[in-house]
Amino acid sequence: MIRAFEAGIAIAIVAPLIGMFLVVRRYSLMADTLAHVSFAGVAIGLLLKINPIFSAIGLSVIAAFGIESLRNSRRIFGESVLALFLSGSLAVAVIILSLSDGFNANLFSYLFGSISTVSRGDLWVIVALAVIVFLDVVFLYKELFFTSFDSELAQASGLPVKAINLTMVMLAAVAVAISIRIVGVLLIGALMVIPVISAMQYGRGFRFTLILSVVFSLISVIVGLFASYYLDLASGGAIVLVALIIFVLSLIFVKKS
Amino acid sequence: MLPEPYIELDNVSFSYDKNTPVLENLSFTVRKGEYLGIIGPNGGGKTTLIKIILGLLHPTDGRVALFGKDRHDFKEKHRIGYVPQRVTQADKNFPATVLEVVRTGRTARLGFFQKFTEKDSVAVEHAMEISGISRYRDTLVGNLSGGERQRVFIARALASEPDVLILDEPTVGVDIGAQKVFYDFLASLNRDHNLTVIFISHDVDAVSQETKTVLCLNHNLVCHGLPHDLLNEHVLERLYGKHAKRVAHLPAKLLEK
Repeated sequence: MIRAFEAGIAIAIVAPLIGMFLVVRRYSLMADTLAHVSFAGVAIGLLLKINPIFSAIGLSVIAAFGIESLRNSRRIFGESVLALFLSGSLAVAVIILSLSDGFNANLFSYLFGSISTVSRGDLWVIVALAVIVFLDVVFLYKELFFTSFDSELAQASGLPVKAINLTMVMLAAVAVAISIRIVGVLLIGALMVIPVISAMQYGRGFRFTLILSVVFSLISVIVGLFASYYLDLASGGAIVLVALIIFVLSLIFVKKS
Repeated sequence: MLPEPYIELDNVSFSYDKNTPVLENLSFTVRKGEYLGIIGPNGGGKTTLIKIILGLLHPTDGRVALFGKDRHDFKEKHRIGYVPQRVTQADKNFPATVLEVVRTGRTARLGFFQKFTEKDSVAVEHAMEISGISRYRDTLVGNLSGGERQRVFIARALASEPDVLILDEPTVGVDIGAQKVFYDFLASLNRDHNLTVIFISHDVDAVSQETKTVLCLNHNLVCHGLPHDLLNEHVLERLYGKHAKRVAHLPAKLLEK
């Protein structure tokens, strides 16, 4: 439980930090796509008997690179690229699943998140990578903001926009892959997006919205994990439900004021 | 002696594919202190020309020099401030305050991982002040009118302390009343702040009344010189076709009667 909390807090900080940049770029589906890729990575890991977190990170980083390259080639619409990877990786996961039916129960915990299965090794990997993602966002904040706001202007100002975009999706890939242990493949997209759109309701600037979304995400994860522990619920579902309640309360609060 | 050349094009051609040239053998020089209007029909290559100057597109043939340096060797991108065409229709839901947007004007001047300094803040404040938007500093850009948003993007460009300001169709989406104020503002930037100003417009009258020099572009250079000498029926016919005629606008007072 303590380990799940520590990992959960690390994820709660990182998920909306990345989610914010995805949402404002109209790229919310990216999180879901990378989550499905991570799931295929988990299946491969279980099949090959290597730590699923590593195979999930590896595959989602490769996929992120592929998505950006295809998007830059402009031969396929950005959104269609995501659909391609989302269903493609799910197909890979399903095939691996049907090939070996010995680890289905374990796989279920990756779909919806679980707090009882976080090992000490998992915790170290999750926290270390979360710190790296966090520091990247802090140090590249002004570049990430500028490219998200207007990539053509950023390019005209001399910023290496393609490299920054690639860094962005790589960070998203890592953030998603480390989150699926706690939140689950099917719900990590929600943790990256819902706290952000809740914070956006308050109509404040980028930095304020970003910080507020981290606060909302932390509340969601902490309350969700408690509920999950005491009521024996799937952690991912509990976390996302709390995030949804915050969203509805934000809507009502903003409308009233 | 002629003032220092800022932008030099020598036989520049550009085409997206081999059969349809957008620009053909374009040669001209923009010098320090100029106030240049670029006019021409839609699809005549105005925006393409600007993108070549900004380094967003690369000429298929010919040479571009900026501030005396070949475009490949030109690194001081902050010396050219750019206000793109679509700012008045920019994403209204993007959560960014005026201050946050204007600060992006300094991003390219600072290297990666470098933080904003006192000097940057002074430049940002000064840019907001001369653009008359200081009072909106904490307002979301999406909540401003078209004309106000235009000024935010000009302040953003001015924050990098440029020598040249380039604006693409700056009055699209700005109401008529605000246009006069806007042109006076541009003229004062040119006159009082010694800024070289280049703007693209489809409004022949505005260009001929406001600017000191005019460049007429329809795939190639139709004319380049003083507005009064150039904007005659003959040039307009070459620019816009046989049926183009310049119609004098009635003064507002007459219309009221």
